[in-house]
Amino acid sequence: MNKFFISGSPHIQGEESTKKIMYGVVIAMIPTMLFSIYFFGVDAIRVFLIAIVASLFFEWIIQKYLIKGALTINDGSALVTAILLALNLPSNLPTWMIIIGALVAIGMAKMSFGGLGKNVFNPALVARVFLLVSFPVEMTSWPKPSPITEGLADVVTGPTPLGIVKEGLGANKTMSELAPEIPSYTQGLMGDMGGSMGEVSAIALILGGVYMMWKKIITWHIPVSMLLTVAIFSGIFWGVDPEHYADPVFHMLTGGMLLGAIFMATDMVSSPMTKSGQLVYGFGIGLLTILIRMWGAYPEGVSFAILIMNAVVPLINRGFKPKRFGVNPGVALNK
Amino acid sequence: MGILRTFALGGIHPAENKLSSNAPIETLPVPKQAIVPLGQNLGAPSKPIVKKGDEVKVGQLIAEAGGFISTNIHSPVSGKVLKIDNAIDGSGYKRPCIIINTTEDEWADGIDTSKDIVSEITLESKEIIEKIKNAGIVGLGGATFPTYVKLMPPTGKIAEYLIINGVECEPYLTADHRMMLEMGQEIIIGIRILMKALNVKKAFIGIENNKPDAISHLNELLKGSDDIEVQPLKVQYPQGGEKQLIKASVNREVPSGKLPIEVGCVVQNVGTAFAVYEAVQKNKPLIERVVTVTGKAVKKPSNFMVRIGTQISELIDAAEGLPEDTGKIIGGGPMMGKAITSLEIPVVKGTSGILLMKKDESSRNVEGPCIRCSKCTYVCPMGLEPFLLSKAAKLGNYEMAENEAIMDCIECGSCQYGCPSAIPLLDYLRLGKLKVGQILRNRNNK
Amino acid sequence: MDNIIIIAISALGGLGLIMAIILYFIANKFKVFEDPKIDEVEEALPSANCGGCGFPGCRAYAEATVVSAKEKGNLDGLNCPVGGNDVSQEVGKILGLEVEAKDPMIAVIRCNGSRTNSPEKVSYEGATSCAFAHALYSGEGGCMHGCLGLGDCVDSCDFEAIHMNPETGLPEVNNKCTACNACVIACPRDIIELRKRGPKDKRIFVSCINQEKGAPAKKNCAVACIGCTKCQKECKFDAITITSFLAYIDFDKCTLCRKCVDVCPTNAIHEINFKPRKPRPEKPKASAPVGDKSVTRKPVEKPAGDAPKAAPVADTPKKESATTEKTIENKDNKE
Repeated sequence: MNKFFISGSPHIQGEESTKKIMYGVVIAMIPTMLFSIYFFGVDAIRVFLIAIVASLFFEWIIQKYLIKGALTINDGSALVTAILLALNLPSNLPTWMIIIGALVAIGMAKMSFGGLGKNVFNPALVARVFLLVSFPVEMTSWPKPSPITEGLADVVTGPTPLGIVKEGLGANKTMSELAPEIPSYTQGLMGDMGGSMGEVSAIALILGGVYMMWKKIITWHIPVSMLLTVAIFSGIFWGVDPEHYADPVFHMLTGGMLLGAIFMATDMVSSPMTKSGQLVYGFGIGLLTILIRMWGAYPEGVSFAILIMNAVVPLINRGFKPKRFGVNPGVALNK
Repeated sequence: MGILRTFALGGIHPAENKLSSNAPIETLPVPKQAIVPLGQNLGAPSKPIVKKGDEVKVGQLIAEAGGFISTNIHSPVSGKVLKIDNAIDGSGYKRPCIIINTTEDEWADGIDTSKDIVSEITLESKEIIEKIKNAGIVGLGGATFPTYVKLMPPTGKIAEYLIINGVECEPYLTADHRMMLEMGQEIIIGIRILMKALNVKKAFIGIENNKPDAISHLNELLKGSDDIEVQPLKVQYPQGGEKQLIKASVNREVPSGKLPIEVGCVVQNVGTAFAVYEAVQKNKPLIERVVTVTGKAVKKPSNFMVRIGTQISELIDAAEGLPEDTGKIIGGGPMMGKAITSLEIPVVKGTSGILLMKKDESSRNVEGPCIRCSKCTYVCPMGLEPFLLSKAAKLGNYEMAENEAIMDCIECGSCQYGCPSAIPLLDYLRLGKLKVGQILRNRNNK
Repeated sequence: MDNIIIIAISALGGLGLIMAIILYFIANKFKVFEDPKIDEVEEALPSANCGGCGFPGCRAYAEATVVSAKEKGNLDGLNCPVGGNDVSQEVGKILGLEVEAKDPMIAVIRCNGSRTNSPEKVSYEGATSCAFAHALYSGEGGCMHGCLGLGDCVDSCDFEAIHMNPETGLPEVNNKCTACNACVIACPRDIIELRKRGPKDKRIFVSCINQEKGAPAKKNCAVACIGCTKCQKECKFDAITITSFLAYIDFDKCTLCRKCVDVCPTNAIHEINFKPRKPRPEKPKASAPVGDKSVTRKPVEKPAGDAPKAAPVADTPKKESATTEKTIENKDNKE
């Protein structure tokens, strides 16, 4: 006789799967990857390939020999981490540093916590910050973008717009004096400026974000609350003293702001579980970013802000519960 | 009409698959043998009052209520009581059943078996409730809560609205849909009877917008009267849940841990309304019901009017047989129904459908690690955090589960449906509810 | 210089002195009197904090014994299952009481519905929890009393004394069992019972709790107790009672004569840790197998000394029907 299955309800399952989500994120990152290859040339392809191969290799070897669990390299999470890591690196980073980055991301930030779903911090960001602190020179000499279409010229390195502003303001210059050095809004939007591979092109990042929201991989709460906070705070300072503070749009378009808001802060594993919690989380990241950018030692603060807020997530999860049905009914009850 | 009403929190929209919505209700022949379980309702099982060898007629009382929340059971067939013995029922366990061998179809006295519609309501509220109680009517949506209990609000509570559940938000099931189309008049009289019993002035019939024919048909029948209003609702699971339906219909939230009467509402299923009509106007106790037999591989998805106690194998035969690659049989809908272990189990008052799933649909996906995507939290209609509760239940932290309001869970399964890692969230939630329920009972007994 | 040192010493010393005085008074004021015997008793307990005694931890049990000794002058109803006789004697000595020696107990699995004895009719998917499965359905083999095989008992054991046998799908108890009662509570079907360990770990019990009539019970499981009363008639010590088609052997009355094992037509009665019987050709009836239950049964492995005798097991069905429990226990004995 046929053997029937027995299980508790529900007996049907939705279309969603972890794999689909992860590859959805990968698809969302494709525009950004294409733009970075366009601007940084063959070197960008090298960084991507090495990050991906190294990450998958570490994931495989740790899963097989240390955790001894089922192989998980197919679920796409290591791929997402690898691409995010690559997007966070300058395109001229030496190969061995990228491999160290992949080891830190997969081995230290992800697998040592127990693998997918258990890490407290965003693996790609941990690796980026690790590299930034360990190799400050290599990590902060960004090549100037030179589109492939313009031929393979020698790579010229230079600071990011944020670095220019930070140093300029530090040297008692005013914003109007710095204006010729920093890229225009159109340049910022397209990505024609110095920076890590994935940071530069705002338009590609936004495209990816819209795709993920359409596919319901992320919700609007984290990016919007984070960017809004940045806009409001930088706007206040800019409004008070436009000569000594950069304007909000500049803050939005430069550095890792959009990459962080769309791809890093929204990482499911390390972000809060409830929508109200996500708003608070986004607010915290935005505030910390602005504080670090304006008064911190580093010109860029998104990675640090996200990592700090990652650590606060368990607290946010405790404090911000979803609105429960029937707890504050707010209608006239039966007399 | 503007934006359609629905409930506020969470909800999902699984594929509807209403394969049998165009199949008219067929009356199945009386079964050769009826297996009538004694525990057909939520609450205490009934006590048999017949014994082996007794001759019974259709509609004759064979078991009476065994407690306050319990119901009478009537014989669905006429014949001889073969035995009162344990037989397997929908729970998968052997439970006491009355097994009756059919001889002929002879009805008990006083039952009006004609099809004529009696629309005049002559009885008073008390008498109506008494009649409903005697007829053994329970909620036919699946919960099988004795109807008469709902019609007697506790002292101090007054019902304002009667809400009729014609939502049928479960995928596949179409029994209520067909009843609204074919028995609209009877249902409306049944609603008026319930309104009289409860002494309410206004009733709503909540129907999801995927049944436009039912909505227009009932609107047609209700032309010129304003005591009953048909409310088209946005398609959203689990709208058929009492609390969700009240929120959608009259925008009131039943407080956590309380009953709908707390906000002045009583919810009844359309099938129940029909049963009430038959009991009050025709003296006919609850001995048959409409059951949907459906599934992607079923040759003839149908809706059958069957006697209680018919074995489901007979229903499946009437739907042109059990498909080759059936992997799972479900009593009820795919979201909240119960998997059935055997084809021998009988139809009971709470059986709203028999769903035959193909092999490839029946097996669950492989469970993966939780990626904390919080989709379960977004879709929970009760605003709970299923990932947290299931983890707490799995690890035996029942105190935490209780504090996080596990008892509010309505077991709709939305969380598990949407889980990308295919974690059996609801299994663990049920386990947690079971254990926390025990703890609460122990505490209350002390 | 000297001055500073003196000031520092006197300031800190003085502060310390003042604190000490305050602490002294506070400690005196809030002193809670505790019987020093509680500490002594606690010292004598195994400190497993398993809760087997019914108290939350060893300390609470120690308090209860002291109170009971003081108020009632005995230790009735207080029993540390883990410590057994030695500990209760010790506790008695501390409290100045005579404690009666109790027989050591062990958990016994009263179900033998293995995959071969009770073949799967449906297949279960879902949470690995017996409590949940118990609420859901009757079991893969169809027996509504039998073991569900999802290991709630294994999870409940703090002593690694109970394991699932993947071959039979049934739990097995080894000699680490302390009779703490945790598995008995955990089992939703009350299959596990604490029974006397017996001399040299020899014990006889009915390995079935099915209360159905013979035919339906037999339909689902080849080794079900069918309530045929043969064992009851055979027993000369009134040790066997039959209630609702189920035999039960009272271990206080049982003399381990093994006669009931012989007469049981379904091999539902198990003997454990007995020497294999000599072949009895004059009574072939006793060995007539009733259905083939020997597929997963390993031959009895005997304590090291008698190992050679294990080979000629003529009377197989009876011995084999005892669960593989034996094997494990005997291995433990050897160690």
